[in-house]
Amino acid sequence: MARAISTRRKATFTLVAWAIGIAIFFPILWTFLTSFKTEAEAIASPPSFLGFAWTTENYSVVMERSNYSRHFWNSVVISVGSTVIGLLIAIPAAWSMAFVPGRRTKDVLLWMLSTKMLPPVGVLIPIYLIFRDTGLLDTRTGLVIVLTLINLPIIVWMLYTYFKEIPGEILEAARMDGASLYNEIIYVLTPMAVPGIASTLLLNVILAWNEAFWTLNLTAAKAAPLTAFIASYSSPEGLFYAKLSAASTMAIAPIIVLGWFSQKQLVRGLTFGAVK
Amino acid sequence: MGTITLAQVTKSFGDVEVIPPLDLEINDGEFVVFVGPSGCGKSTLLRLIAGLEDVTSGLIRIDGTDATALPPARRSLAMVFQSYALYPHMSVRKNIGFPLKMAGMNAAEADKRINAAAKVLNLTDYLDRRPGQLSGGQRQRVAIGRAIVREPSAFLFDEPLSNLDAALRVNMRLEISELHQTLKTTMVYVTHDQVEAMTMADKIVVLHAGVIEQVGSPLELYNKPRNKFVAGFIGSPKMNFLQGAPAAEHNAHSIGIRPEHLTLSVDDGAWPGTVGVAEHLGSDTFLHVDSGAHGILNIRTSGEVDLHHGDKVFLTPDPARLHRFDASGLTL
Repeated sequence: MARAISTRRKATFTLVAWAIGIAIFFPILWTFLTSFKTEAEAIASPPSFLGFAWTTENYSVVMERSNYSRHFWNSVVISVGSTVIGLLIAIPAAWSMAFVPGRRTKDVLLWMLSTKMLPPVGVLIPIYLIFRDTGLLDTRTGLVIVLTLINLPIIVWMLYTYFKEIPGEILEAARMDGASLYNEIIYVLTPMAVPGIASTLLLNVILAWNEAFWTLNLTAAKAAPLTAFIASYSSPEGLFYAKLSAASTMAIAPIIVLGWFSQKQLVRGLTFGAVK
Repeated sequence: MGTITLAQVTKSFGDVEVIPPLDLEINDGEFVVFVGPSGCGKSTLLRLIAGLEDVTSGLIRIDGTDATALPPARRSLAMVFQSYALYPHMSVRKNIGFPLKMAGMNAAEADKRINAAAKVLNLTDYLDRRPGQLSGGQRQRVAIGRAIVREPSAFLFDEPLSNLDAALRVNMRLEISELHQTLKTTMVYVTHDQVEAMTMADKIVVLHAGVIEQVGSPLELYNKPRNKFVAGFIGSPKMNFLQGAPAAEHNAHSIGIRPEHLTLSVDDGAWPGTVGVAEHLGSDTFLHVDSGAHGILNIRTSGEVDLHHGDKVFLTPDPARLHRFDASGLTL
C-alpha cells in the first residue's frame, strides 16, 4: 500500500506540477497572444501580457498571402497517409513478433529502434538524391513514404507492447474454437487491441503532423504542409513576429484540438503495460 | 466418436527432445488423465493432440483419420485452458456461442445450444455478463460451456482447476466428472495433482520426463505400480521406501509400503520408532515416525489415535501389500 502522504507534501507536489505544466504550456500561450498583437506590440519591450489592442489583422494577412487550406490539406494527407500505411505494415509485424517470436525477435526490435538514433541529417543527402532522381521531390507521395519509414519503428514498438499484453492462450482458444487466422484477427485480437491501435494511430498522426525536418527539406511549394507554411513567415531578421505567431497558431490548432479530445487515449497508450 | 491414437510421436524444442517416441491409445468415451510432475511434458502432449504445437515426428490419428498436419480448428476437439482464456470483450453468451459462429451455425440453433449449455452449467443468469464480472468458478464453467456447445469428438482440459481455491476445486472436479457421465464424450485431462487423477480418471497416464511410465486404471496404478516412480507418485501420503536389511529380507533392492498398509502398535511390531509429528485430521491420523535405521516412515491410521511427539511405537508392514523393486527401480 502507498504510504500516507502529508497534505503539505501534496500541496508542494501540486505546485511543482502546475509550475512545470505552465512552463511547458507558456510558449504556446505566448504564441497565441502574440498572434493578436500588432507587429509593433509584438516586439515591444517590456511586452504586454493581456493589455494590448487585440487585432485579427495578422490572420487576415496570413490568409491573404498564403494558401492555408492547401497546406492544411497536405498536412492531413501526409500525416494520415503515413499513419495508415504504417499501421498496415506494423500490425502484422508486431503480431508476429509478439505471438510467434523467433530467436532473433528481440534483436530485430532493438535494431529497428536503433535506426531512430541515427541523426536524420546523416541520410538527408542520399534521400534527397533518390527523391530527385525518382521525381518524388515536393510530392505528397514522397513525404508519405519518408514519414512512414521514419515512424515505423515507433508504431511497431507500441503495437508490440500492446499485443504482448494479450494472453496467447486467448488466441489459441480462438483457434481451437474454429477461427481461421482472419477470424482470429477480426473477432478476437483487434477488438482486444483497439485501445492500443487507437492510441498508436493518434500519437503517430501527431508525430507526422509536427515533423519539420523532412517536410521542410523535401518540399518546395506543391506538397508543402503546415510546417512549411509556418517557416515561410520566419524571417532571418526576426521581424513579423505577430504574423509568424498567427501562422503557428493556425498550424498547431487542429492537432491541439485532436490531442485535447484524445488525451485519455494518449496517456493510456504511452503508459500501457508500465503499471499492472 | 472420439478415439485418439498417438504413434511414435516425438517433440523437440530446438535441440531439446521433450517427448521421446511415444505411443498411446485413447478410446472413445474414456476419461484419460495425464499426470506427472511439472515439466514432465504432459501439457506439451496435450497441445500436440490439440494441434497448438506441431509434432516433430510421428502420427496423430483422431477417429481413424490422420490429423497430424491438420490445424487445431479442423480436429474437432475442444479445449479448456488453465487461464480460462475467455474473450474479455464478449458477453458470456457470445463467448459460449463463438465456436458456433465460427462454424457458421444459424442463430436460432446456436441460441438453443447456448441456452442448453448454460442450463447444464448453471450460467443462465449470467449470460449477459462479461467474463470480468464473474468469479473464477463461473469463468471456468463458461470455458467448459464454450467447449461443450460444439459437441466435439473429444475434450481437452489443461490443468483447468489449478487456478481455483481448494473447496471450489473439489466441486468443479465433481461437476466435470458428472459432465463426463452425461455426455459420454472422450475427455483428456492434464493435471499435476494425483488426487484429481485418481478421482476422475478411467485411465491414468503417468508421465515423467516425456516418457510414459505406466498406463492403467487408478486402482491398477495404486495396487500394481510398474516402478518406483509410479509407486511414489500415486497415493497420498507418499509410499515409504526402504533399502538395506529390510529389503534384503524380501530379496529386493528396495521395498515400498504405503502409509495405510502399516499397522501401528504401542507394544510390539517389526520396526520400532519414535513419533515425530502427529497430524490429527479427525477422520485420519498421519504420523511421521523416526524408525532409526529405516529413516522417517509415514503411517496413516483411520480415526483418532492418541499419540504425540516423542511417543514410542512399533510399525508392522502388511506383507501382502509390500512392493519390491530391483536396483533400476522396476517392480519385481
